[in-house]
This record gives sequence, C-alpha cells and structure tokens, in this order.
Amino acid sequence: MKFSGLRVLKEGLTGNKGWTPHWRDPAPKAEYDAVIIGGGGHGLSTAYYLAKNHGMTNIAVLEKGYIGSGNIGRNTTIVRANYFLPGNSEFYSHSLKLWEGLEQDLNYNVMHSQRGMINLFHSDGQRDAFVRRGNAMINQGDDAILLDREGVRKHLPYLDFENTRFPIYGGLLHPRGGTARHDAVAWGYARGADQRGVDLLQNCEVTGIDIENGAVRGVQTTRGAIRAKKVGIVVAGRSGQVAAMAGMRLPIESHILQAFVTEGLKPCIDHVVTFGMGHFYISQSDKGGLVFGGDLDFYASYASRGNLPTAEHVMEASMTLMPMIGKAKLLRSWGGIMDMTPDGSPIIDKTDTQGFFIDCGWCYGGFKAVPASGYAFAHLMATGQHHETASAFRLDRFRTGRGILDEEGTGSQHNLH
Amino acid sequence: MRLTCPMCGARDRREFYYQGDAVACARPARDADIPAWDDYLHLRDNPAGVRRELWHHEAGCGSWLVVERDTTTHEVHSVALVEAPA
Amino acid sequence: MRIDGKGLIDRSKKLRFQFDEIGYSAFEGDTVASALLAAGQRLMGRSFKYHRPRGVLTAGSEEPNALLTVGHGAAQEPNVRATTQEVYDGLRVRSQNAWPSLKTDVMAVNDLAWPFLGAGFYYKTFMWPRAFWERLYEPVIRRAAGLGGLSGEHNPDTYEKAYAFCDLLVIGAGPAGLMAALTAGRAGADVFLLDEDSRMGGRLNAETYIVDGMPGSDWATEAVAELRSMENVRLMTRTTLVGAYDHGTYAALERVSSHRRVPAEGAALETFWRIVAKRAILAAGALERPIAFENNDRPGIMTAGAVRAYLNRWGVSPGQRVAVFGNNDDAHRTATDLIEAGVEVAALIDSRPDAELKGHAFPTYSGGLVTGSTGRLGLKRIAVKSDGITEELEVDCLAMSGGWNPTVHVTCHMNGRPTWREDIASFVPTPGSVPGLEVAGACKGDFSTAACLAAGAAAAKSALKELGLKVPRGAVPDAEDSPYRLSPLWAVPGKGRAWLDFQNDVTVKDIKQAATENFRSVEHMKRYTTQGMATDQGKNSNVAALALLADATGRGIPETGTTTFRPPFTPVALAAFGAGAQGEGFAPRRLTTSHATSVTMDAPMIEAGLWYRPSYFPKPGETHWRQSCDREVGYVRNAVGICDVSTLGKIDIQGLGAAALLDMVYTNTFSTLKVGRVRYGLMLREDGYVMDDGTTARLGEQHYVMTTTTAAAGSVMRHLEFVHQVLRPDLDVRFTSVTEQWAQFAVAGPKSREVLNDLLDDRIDNESWPFMACGPVGVAGVQGRLFRISFSGEHAYEVAVPARYGESLFKLLLARAEALGGGAYGMEALNVLRIEKGHITHAEIHGRTTAFDIGFARMVSAKKDCIGQAMAAREGLVEPDRERLVGLKPVGAVKELTAGAHLFARDAAATRENDQGYVTSVGFSPTLGHFIALGFVKRGPERMGETLRLVDHLRGIETEVEICSPGFVDPEGERTRG
Repeated sequence: MKFSGLRVLKEGLTGNKGWTPHWRDPAPKAEYDAVIIGGGGHGLSTAYYLAKNHGMTNIAVLEKGYIGSGNIGRNTTIVRANYFLPGNSEFYSHSLKLWEGLEQDLNYNVMHSQRGMINLFHSDGQRDAFVRRGNAMINQGDDAILLDREGVRKHLPYLDFENTRFPIYGGLLHPRGGTARHDAVAWGYARGADQRGVDLLQNCEVTGIDIENGAVRGVQTTRGAIRAKKVGIVVAGRSGQVAAMAGMRLPIESHILQAFVTEGLKPCIDHVVTFGMGHFYISQSDKGGLVFGGDLDFYASYASRGNLPTAEHVMEASMTLMPMIGKAKLLRSWGGIMDMTPDGSPIIDKTDTQGFFIDCGWCYGGFKAVPASGYAFAHLMATGQHHETASAFRLDRFRTGRGILDEEGTGSQHNLH
Repeated sequence: MRLTCPMCGARDRREFYYQGDAVACARPARDADIPAWDDYLHLRDNPAGVRRELWHHEAGCGSWLVVERDTTTHEVHSVALVEAPA
Repeated sequence: MRIDGKGLIDRSKKLRFQFDEIGYSAFEGDTVASALLAAGQRLMGRSFKYHRPRGVLTAGSEEPNALLTVGHGAAQEPNVRATTQEVYDGLRVRSQNAWPSLKTDVMAVNDLAWPFLGAGFYYKTFMWPRAFWERLYEPVIRRAAGLGGLSGEHNPDTYEKAYAFCDLLVIGAGPAGLMAALTAGRAGADVFLLDEDSRMGGRLNAETYIVDGMPGSDWATEAVAELRSMENVRLMTRTTLVGAYDHGTYAALERVSSHRRVPAEGAALETFWRIVAKRAILAAGALERPIAFENNDRPGIMTAGAVRAYLNRWGVSPGQRVAVFGNNDDAHRTATDLIEAGVEVAALIDSRPDAELKGHAFPTYSGGLVTGSTGRLGLKRIAVKSDGITEELEVDCLAMSGGWNPTVHVTCHMNGRPTWREDIASFVPTPGSVPGLEVAGACKGDFSTAACLAAGAAAAKSALKELGLKVPRGAVPDAEDSPYRLSPLWAVPGKGRAWLDFQNDVTVKDIKQAATENFRSVEHMKRYTTQGMATDQGKNSNVAALALLADATGRGIPETGTTTFRPPFTPVALAAFGAGAQGEGFAPRRLTTSHATSVTMDAPMIEAGLWYRPSYFPKPGETHWRQSCDREVGYVRNAVGICDVSTLGKIDIQGLGAAALLDMVYTNTFSTLKVGRVRYGLMLREDGYVMDDGTTARLGEQHYVMTTTTAAAGSVMRHLEFVHQVLRPDLDVRFTSVTEQWAQFAVAGPKSREVLNDLLDDRIDNESWPFMACGPVGVAGVQGRLFRISFSGEHAYEVAVPARYGESLFKLLLARAEALGGGAYGMEALNVLRIEKGHITHAEIHGRTTAFDIGFARMVSAKKDCIGQAMAAREGLVEPDRERLVGLKPVGAVKELTAGAHLFARDAAATRENDQGYVTSVGFSPTLGHFIALGFVKRGPERMGETLRLVDHLRGIETEVEICSPGFVDPEGERTRG
C-alpha cells in the first residue's frame, strides 16, 4: 500500500477499514541467504539496503523483542553531520544526504526536520576547536556558520546571556542539522524491507551462532535453527553478548545514557541547541515536549534506567543555560544501553569468521547514522568490501593504533567518552 | 547509587569516580606484546551480571576500590580496598 | 453546587480567585477544581488533538483534562492540574490550548476532521513536496500541538534542593501509610511520612468510612496529631515521591509555597528532595479507571471516586442530577453518599447482570451499560442500555468506575514489571521490584480500609525487624472490610469514538487500528497511537488500552504485558529538579588570591576551567585588547612582567617511593633529578597519547612538587593515585593537592631577578639560582619557594608563598615591576609569549596527539617502563604520515592567521581529501611584528620551508603560510639562561 495524503483522505471517508499491516509476521524459513541479528534502526536499514541496493531479498531480520525496541526508540532524535575527523566526516555526510531523501525513498513520513543545530562555545579555545570542526564540515561539503554572541542571541534570544557561569561566546550553526521522529525511522525501514520481501522475525532471540571451519553456517534461535552463509550482528547494547556466541571479545563496555522529555508546550525552542560545558542538548518535538539529554551515567550497566545525580546535573545545566524552561515539567526519563568503544566511534567490519559481520559501537551517536550505517553494512555484507564512506570503522584499530577516531580528544581508553 | 567505602562508610555515587573493569589492575609486563596490551586496555568481557570493577573515592578518602557489582541490577556485592582485593 | 454540612473545608475563610478573568469564590481547603465545580463550571480545558471540551475526570494529580496556566508574566506556569492547585486569595488561572476562548475554540474543527486524524495519520502524509515539511506542515503542526505555553522569560522564582536520611520512608498517608508511620514511630524509628496532598488521610478524607468508631477523616486527624508529637517522625504534606533509584535513594518534590500567593519569608516555591532511606513502605493507594463508551469524555463525566471526593472532602456535588455507572460494588457507595447528601441520583447502572442493587430509592439497572452521551460543553444526557432497551436520562454528571488500579508506578522505576491479578483485574507490584521497599494497602490490591490498616501495621513491623528495632504490639483499629467485587468492563461496544487516553485523544478505534496495522506489541501500540504518552503517563488509561489490545490480538493481558512507568511519578518543574544552578550556581567559581586586585585593575576575567584568570590589564588610552596584549608582551621581553600562575595544579609528592613513581608516570626520568632542580615532564595516558605536561621540582630526596596544567589538575591527581594504589602499591609515596595552599606568580623578563632581589630575604644570582634551580626562600619574611622556570622563554622565575600572603605579594611584585618599566600580564600575553617560544598547551595536546606528533619522541625514555610507553609504540602512532607539530609564519603581507583554519597545498582545492593539517594556536607577535601560529601538518617536520594555503571558510580567510620550526623567538634558549 502506498501512503499519501489522498490515501488518508480516502480511508477516512470509508471508515478507515482499508488499512493493512505495515509488515507481515512470517514464519521463519529454514534457510536464508543472509540473516541480520537485531531489528533496531541499524539492522532494519541494513535489511532495507541489502534488498534495495543489492537485490538480496531472501534475508531475515531476527529480533529478540519487537522491532525498534532498542535505542532507535529511546534517543533524543538528533540528526547532524558535524564531525571533523576524516573517517567520520564522510560517513555522517553521506548519512545526512540519505536522510534528506528518506521520506520519499521509504514512502513514510519520518518527520526529518532540518531546523538547524547550534553548538555553543564559552571560551576562545573552544571557539577555535569549533572553527576547526566547522571548516572540516565545509571541506566535506556540508554546512557550518560561525556565530558570535550577538549572532547566537538572534537565534536563541531566550538563553541567559548575562548571568551564566560559562558565558556564551558564540556558536557553530549547522543549518542542515535537526531532528526526526525516531520510531517512524524504524517503522519506515521495516515496512520498506518487508515490502521488498525481507522477513522480519519478531520475538526471535538468537541463542547461538553456528560456525564450522572458520565460516558461519547459521544461527540457533528461540524459533528454531536458521541456516545462513552470511550473518550480520547489529545489536547495540548487547553486542558483547552476541559476539561472545561467536567466541569474540569486543572493545566495548555498555553504559547508560539518559534522555528526558517534558510535558507538551507551545513552540518555544526552534533549534537543536547543545551546551558542551554542561553536557546538555535540547530540542522540542513536534508534539511540544522538550526532548533533552546529557552525559552518560558513567558506570557499566545493562539496566536501561538512569541514576539521579546525572539527571539532576542535566536539569542544572538546562537551568543555567536557559532559565526560560524552568516552569516546564519533566514528564518522563529513561535510559538506553550504549555500546561504548574506547575512542567513541563505531565499528562496521568483517570478523575472523568467514561470513560473519559486525556493526556495533555506536556509543551515544547511533541515531543519525541509521541510514548510512545500514547502507555501508549492507554493502559490506553483500560485496565483502568496505563501503568508501565507512572504511575507517575497523575492529582492529585499537590494536594497530591506525585510524583511531577520537572526535572528543578525551582518549582511546574505556570510560573516557 | 551508593557505595560503602571501607574507610568512609556508605556514600553517594557523586563522591566516586568509576574507572572500569578491574582488569585494569593486571597491567601487562613492559615487554608484553601488543595483543596482550590490546586485551588489557580495550577488549572487555562486559558481562550482563556480576563483575569486578575499579572505583575511586575521589571526593572522599582517595582510596581506589574493587567493587563487585551486578550490571543488570546495580546490586553491590562487595567493596574492598584495591590493595586487599576481596 | 456546594452541599451544606459536608466537606473538610474551612467555610469561615472565604477566598476569591479568577478563572479566565472571571471571579469565583472558594473556601480555604478548596482546589481550583472543587471551587469551579461548586460554581457549576464544568468546562475547564481542551484536549490535545481534537480540542474536545473537557472537565475534570479525577480529583488528583493524575488529572488528564483540567490543565490550566497559573500566574502571569515571567512566573507563568503552564499545565497545572486544577485538581491539585489549592485556591489562595488572588489566585489567577487561565485555560489553555484554546483560541479565542475555552468555550469557542476554532481548533475544535479538528474534531470534525477526526476520520482523517486517526492513529499515526501523520506518518502517511505530509511528504510532498519535500521542502514543505519545514516550511509549512511542521510549523502548522507545532502551533496546533502543545498544551500550555511558557512565558519565554527567565524563571523568577526560588527553588531549592535538600538531602534527607531516615530509617523508614512511608510514601502516602492514607490508612495504610498512617498506620505504618504510627507503628514505626511508636517504636522509635526515624520516620519520614510523605503525602502529595495538602491534607493527610488519603481516601479517608474522600469517603464516609468509620474508623475506630469515628469518621475516617477524624481518625486520620488524630493519627496525624500523634505523629506530629513524635520527634522522630517528620511529616511532609504536598510532597510527592517522584522517583525510586538505586540503594534506597528516592526523589521527592515538596510544593512548599504553591498554595500561597507569595512564599513565606525565605521559603522556596518548591523543594526537590533526595531521601536516602534504609527501608521504605509504598502506601500510594489506587487510582480509579474510567470506562470507554461513546463520548465518554464530556465535561461532567468523571470517576466515581472523584465524585465522592468532591462531595465528602470539599462539600461539592459535581452535578445536580447524577448517574452512577460501574462494574463493581465500590461504585454503589457513590449513589448512597449522594443521596445522603441530598443530591438527586438519576440512576445506578451496573454492568454486571448479577449485581445486587436492591433497596435503593433511585432507578437501578443491573446488566446495564451507558452507551453514549450528549452535551458538547457539558453533559446533558446519557443513553442507558439495559435488557435490550435504550433510554435517555437527563443528567449533568456521570460517575463512572471501571474498578481500581493499584498505584504501582514507583515499583516500576527500577525496571520492575507488575504482576497481573485476575481476581481484581489489575496489575499489582511484583515483590522485590525496588529493593528495600515494601508495598502495603490498596497499592498492593488490598482495598478495604481494614485491610489497609492491617497491611500498614504489618509492613511497618517487618521494616522494624529489618532495622533491628523492637517491634511493638498494638491493635489495628476497627474499620469497614467490605469485599471488592467486580467484573471487568473496558469498553462498551459501540460505533462512535470512546476515549481511553483523554488528553492525547486516543480512542478504542485507534487501538484497534494499530492492531490491524500490525502494531501488536504493547510498545508499538503505545508509540503508534500515543496512548499513555500524555502528562498522566497513562495512569488513567493504560490498563484498559492494553486489555483492548489483548482482545484485538487474541492474547491474554499478562501475555500482552505493559509499557514501563518511568520517573517521575508526577511531572517535576525543571527549575526544581535543577534548583541552584540558575545563573552562577551551575559550577563553583575558583578565585586566585590576585583576583580582587586584577578586577580593580579593570582586567576582564575569563574562565579557565573553574578558575577565573585575567585576560589583559587595560591602560588608559588603549582601545583594543591587542594594544594591551602587545604592551604586556613587551614587559616580559624587555623589562619584567608579573602573572598569577596559581591555577596550575600543584601536587605535593613525598615518600621513599616518590622518585620511582614519577619515573612511572612521566615519560622521562625524575629519579636522576638533583635536589634543588626542576625538570619538564611529559605524561602519557596508557593509550600512548599525551595526557598532560608540566614541571616537577625536587625539594628533597623524598619530596617533589609537581605542577599540572590548570585543566588537568584533577585528572592527574586521580591518575597518580591510580598508578600508586593499583599498579605500584609497593611504593611508599603519598600525594596531596596543594593547588589552593600556594599562591604562585611568574616573574618573567630581563629584570626579573632585580624585582625578586628587592623582596627576597637573601639575594640570588645566576650562580646560586641557575636555570631550572628551585628551593625554599624567604619572601619579605615569609617562607616561600622559588623556581627558576620559564614558560615565556625569558629569564624568569615562579615564586610561591602560602596563599594567605598571595594578595600582598602580588601587589608588592606589581609595584616593583612597574617601577622597572614592567607590570602585570594576562592570558593573552601569556599565550603570545608561549607561542613565540613554541611552547605547547592543551590547544596542541588536545588528546589526539602523541609525543611523536609534538616532536617529543626522544623524551620517552627507553631505559625504563612508563605509563603509555607500550601503546605509544603501536604502528599507527608512529607513522611518519601523521600530522605533526610545526610553526607557521605568514608568506607576504598577511593580515591575519586564525586558529581552526585548515591547511592545503598551494594549488589544491579545500576539500577533506586534500587536507594537510590545521592551525591550533595563533598570536600576533609584537616581538617579530607579524602573526605566528602553531599547527599540525602531515609529515610536518620533513616539510620545513614549504608554503601551504591556509583556509578558514568560517571566518572568510584564505592566505599562505610557510612551515617553520615551532620556536619563533630565541630558539637557542639564551635568554632563558641569561
């Protein structure tokens, strides 16, 4: 079924009786050409692009719970291409281009909203670091504008310019940055993959990975054994556990990142705003809730719930930066499990096991990467070659020291990002 | 979250710095090969369950602590000074 | 309408307030909702999507409909529940999400377009043309969405935070909570009793129960009085437990002054509490659920418990002719309470065919259903179907009851999943969901008053036992113990729209459509329909919605599962959760001893970590900071400059193992450093990248003082403790941060020794204090320390005195420097001086650079182990292709170089592929008369003399630079030693 305004009108006039399932619930087949473990954003987009770009339609996505149940449905929905290290910048640039045509490609409104993102800075040193970043963005072909204090004031008049502990010197505006409706991204890719023949197998937990003579042969699941010569794991938050089924240890520790939303409010914040000194970022959803977040809880956890000190710190950052939102009320807080790598950058790579591929380590930045990650991982799974935009995300970079992607400059050891 | 520091008693999480897996205690010999260092510094079991980890009572007595903690429930099983591992 | 003789309000205290600019009267103890209902004002709000007219559904904090805006100007607060806002004299509240008025809201046109606005319609449209999303669709949707509005001005009110610790935290002061607090309080436990209401007692205040031979509310009053007399019990009204966290930590919000026109002297509007409790008892009661039927959302339709609360607590009947519709015995009391109060009851309709409804003086319908209603702005009629016959009843209020849901929410905050109990058709908390917390009373599914009282006492006794306190004996008062009987009824069959989530306008149709479209997981259904995502987090509607989903998908309710309730229990103002941070409070300010003097000299103070440091010291006639900076650089190069360097981290290191430990943390060797000498040291992280740098002085055989950069002081201290305690516990060494204890000043320039000799108790010369010498000195009679070190490249010293003498010494140094043609210099000059000399800061050691990159590879001693040595040898960290530190100078008449610019070959386009490096630090060198810069270039040291193109798109600068050695002034270091 093709979605359109006309279809909504037609269905509305005929009692909304014609709507059909967004995707099927097929029974697992005994064998597929490839299976993808993990029905989150990255897994679903991988399936979609395998089908669309590489004609691989005899494939399945194996999801332990319901599709989109991981971080795709519990993030702060920011979409941007403002990375500056080679290896990252071409990848996120590619991702943003895919975002810009995603609704038409998927025939699904993911509400990608390029409302502009402003990173604030508070010292000359931070300004110079952002200028380096902004210049790298332009060198990559993306957009960036340096704002001085008055420039920021024009866009964000409600910030506290007079009284903050860290005065606002200026900001880096990324006009093409913005947000999207997170769940819709999962659903759009799921529907698109399903329409191309991909089997989405929900409530299908992988319990083992079959490997013979150094090559993958299939997987064991709670819905039976499934044979496949190619297996990709895309299970952020649980990467270590699934990789362990194949005898691998990963450079990953799992951490909690909290996110927050307030009650609905009339429009008051029109951009994505980030406040590095307070590890705080915020935007307003189309529904009116202020969606914001902060830093990690900073201890290993699979509990997917946040702690109080971090939550308080986030609210405190909001109050020093924009005391205008003081009367907004926090409605809900939650936590997602992040695959944290030592350098804060992801992994899209082959493994030592033939036919076994891994896409993981997205840290707290996976949402915006969903299109390009699936695109590149599909390319790798289909062709065995790294896609040109994602050739830097190697599993062995920590061992070799080659191509470490430490955007923040905080180190390439655990717990520094 | 609260941890019971052997020196100071039960204290709020805000007083502590989290370092990571207690594997950090087992630093390889100087001449160990790069894979051994890769193991030490990067590769992690990252269990969903009880594990040993290192914490630092930074805003307290300054002790480094080995904490046995469940990563799924946050239940703390033991806290000991790093010199005398439990 | 107000009922004489009923209610716990103080009729001697009459109050006036405004709703939508119209004046109303109220009594002390009224909420906005009770006062408006007393005045016959049923319409209080509009729904989110369809802008349907709405009145109150409840009498508590779970209210989804009656959300109002309180106050005006900067203090305006949106989304306040009419059901919890207490009336004070002069209160002004307004309706919201309606234009031009609550009664006539043009957006109500959405309600006519409802067939097109069902679940998820927006995912299927608004995609064409592409650019219209940001330009048209989204702005329209955003304006239509949202509830109330913020003022746009900074928060003007005071909020606070507090910590508390107790033995036992009792959450909720209904019968179970009061009994628990009494039991534990009498046993001497340190008890906190919290209740979100202004008056303790819970449902006892809303019902007509007899407890211990007296009205329940009287019993509650006596219990509260007894508790108040106990020193070990703290009672907190208007305090909502909002979150349960690890290890007995709870968050609570106290509304200290929201019931007052102005807060009492010194009082906050709200206080955010962090309570650490050894044990806790959750006695949060239960919430009544509505029944879905066609047009069940009209103003005047509310829960039966709410009707009884308005009647018994506030002396208000929400209608003149009331019907009651329920599926359980509990609802019947609504009718009898109303009759006793003299209110006309139009009908009692019970959906159960076997319901016992005999002996009433009003019409009853067993097996009856309410199938619809009319009255757009307020209920006028309901349709009742019974025995196949539908009749219309004229009523202005319908009390409905679909049964009660235990208030399980807080038990889910730590990922606990509630358990389905078939007999009460509700979820109850799963034991152990929050460690240390026990659930008691209605909150656990024990609904009778007697059961609640007994459960409260039992829970307290078990907590006392766990706490090791003596468990008292004592009887539980007598109270009603009627059984709770119900038969589930989630939705009355029908064609029209029947509401579940009132605020978000989610109807039974939406749930069914979601299931049809294969959003069958409860989470999918929630996210697709927005069911349960309104400000009540689904408190009123989730159970019914998932029961209907279970039905639509042919599964049972336990199998269907629930979504997760997350903190906070009720919404919390960010100003409360983040109290204390507004303005300067976000992070502490660290001030040097010269701060006040620098400020009097008009120096702009800039942030350096948490510290403040002077940027420059302007002189009369200087109009641009560059003029001041150039002059100050001149002081140092030609005379003498004074600069406060106290912000650098200073760590005192003592012990037999001090030298060995320093050898371990620094790449170079410190055990060979002679006493009385200073050495520059480079520190790596274990991953092989540069962590920090600084000088360390050896004051004695076993005594060193390390300096760190300002930014890294804390992390270096932690690192030292790590290396000692974790890796080298064999070493006998101790570290103490002495950053705050010593005030330290750089005295730099050819005349530096002259300045010092004027102040030192014993004169120094080049023989006694050569470059890199250090030691104790008397400074104007004070025991201090002198280090001959130089960041500027000049003949320079750093002199340290105990911090209490810092301000005086700074003034003395300034006076002498000024007499010699010098003076104070700030951060700008300091930066220029160090760039001239090629010294690095965190602009260069930005976390991604190695010793190899900054040209210090030879400082990594191969003779010993050190942190980072092994990983620094990885192939990728020593590739010649890496970007490495260089100096950059202008080619030709260049006006400006800029930090953050990227570097390219002269003829190459400025693209990522062609990037050769970037500029990290830039300054105008008055010494050389042109700009100079430091930066990183691929294979930099091999490319000396090569010309590159510098491109700064952001600042519109493009120019040519030549690669040179990073030392611009006195590369041989002769001035330093002079």
